[in-house]
Amino acid sequence: MQKVMRDVLVEKAVSLLSDGTVDRVLGWKRGEFSYDITPAVFESADKIRDDFVWNEFCGANFSKYLVAQTKKTEGKLLVFLKPCDTYSFNQLLTEHRFDREKVYAVGIPCEGMADIAKLKAIAGDGISSVESDGGKLCVTTVYEDAPVAVDAGEVLLERCVNCKSKKHAAYDELIGEEGEVLESGRFDEVEKLEKMTADERFAFWQNELSRCIRCNACRDVCPACTCEKCVFNNPASGAENKAAANSFEEKMFHIIRAFHVAGRCTDCGECSRVCPQRIPLHLLNRKFIKDIDSFYGEYQAGAEVGSRAPLVSYTKEDIEPSEVFDGRE
Amino acid sequence: MQMNEYKPLIVAFCCNWCSYAGADLAGNNRLSYPADVKIIRVPCSCRVNPMFILRAFQRGADGVIICGCHPGDCHYTSGNYYTRRRMALLFSMLDYLGIERERTRVEWVSAAEGAKFAATMNDFAEKVAALGENKRLEDLRCKK
Repeated sequence: MQKVMRDVLVEKAVSLLSDGTVDRVLGWKRGEFSYDITPAVFESADKIRDDFVWNEFCGANFSKYLVAQTKKTEGKLLVFLKPCDTYSFNQLLTEHRFDREKVYAVGIPCEGMADIAKLKAIAGDGISSVESDGGKLCVTTVYEDAPVAVDAGEVLLERCVNCKSKKHAAYDELIGEEGEVLESGRFDEVEKLEKMTADERFAFWQNELSRCIRCNACRDVCPACTCEKCVFNNPASGAENKAAANSFEEKMFHIIRAFHVAGRCTDCGECSRVCPQRIPLHLLNRKFIKDIDSFYGEYQAGAEVGSRAPLVSYTKEDIEPSEVFDGRE
Repeated sequence: MQMNEYKPLIVAFCCNWCSYAGADLAGNNRLSYPADVKIIRVPCSCRVNPMFILRAFQRGADGVIICGCHPGDCHYTSGNYYTRRRMALLFSMLDYLGIERERTRVEWVSAAEGAKFAATMNDFAEKVAALGENKRLEDLRCKK
């Protein structure tokens, strides 16, 4: 259950639109299903009143949309940002990817978003509607007459289970109260993998990555992936299409994808959220974050604008690649 | 000649200013190192994109070594400092995916270190040969 209700956001959007502060509003609207919420640009108050949605399925991180949308608008664009989205927002500003003057950012608190796959595992397939009621999600399916009540805390997205911050790193206006940076166990799973033997790790990743269908959704949604020309669009890259299950191809794609965002990844978790094959891609990004933290000192991408990413900086005393495994089994 | 004796294929990225000259010196001094080491000359060790390394493995390399100037001696002042950070992270990631650690290496070889170059290549080739063929990073489509 989100603390701030939809009506508050609608009212805010309508008032900013009607007093001319902003021209357009970046928000969420219903997609094919009630749990399938999709980003949308609103240009009129009526549309906002009719279509604007704010619920447990508004996971989309709007930061990346600003790159394209600010170019299309003359005045300002209103964007609603959850705490984790604001880190990507800052990171994109650091990289000069959009014009800050063209954005009016409203920070909204977030109580965690729901993972539809986890919900389906409990409530079953054929979900026709999901209603939020207190801390519960009431799920109606086409197969059952009575709705099933599921505890919202049980079906949180992976990134929300290990939420790293309820504090907004950037905003023009904040709805609700300022949160705090949290202690999260987000590296626990990485550590578990590190403790395995090399063979076990290889088997684990072979199992996960061979499911990849190369839909590129992880790349397309990633707020750190905003290159206009992507290396993976090159037909000669050797990584552009799906290969046989036992091939190196998927590993290459995922290693390079994670490497390209290393030091810039804010750990927003969008890659894992959108993966249709449910590959735990955040484990690759978090490995880089964990290594950067331990080799070069703690660094949170997007915590502030203008910070120097670890991979575009160096010190003379850096760890040697040959010393990386010292002290590891 | 034994046809089935296994010899690892090793790709060595050598920077133009130090390590490539070091390899040259090894040759001039008639120091021997395995003929299976294929040297690719790059302007600076930081020219080596992680994709080059993975691509070499995908195409059948058994080991990849990157050689550059000693930290502090880079022809471009700071290139090898970036190499050092990138490769530390990349090698750690490859290990995380279950790839053998001995298949990749970074070594600093100056233009005066012909002997170090030969010794490094001999040692690396031996370690890679002990691991055997690279099965985990190969791509069946690239097999000849």
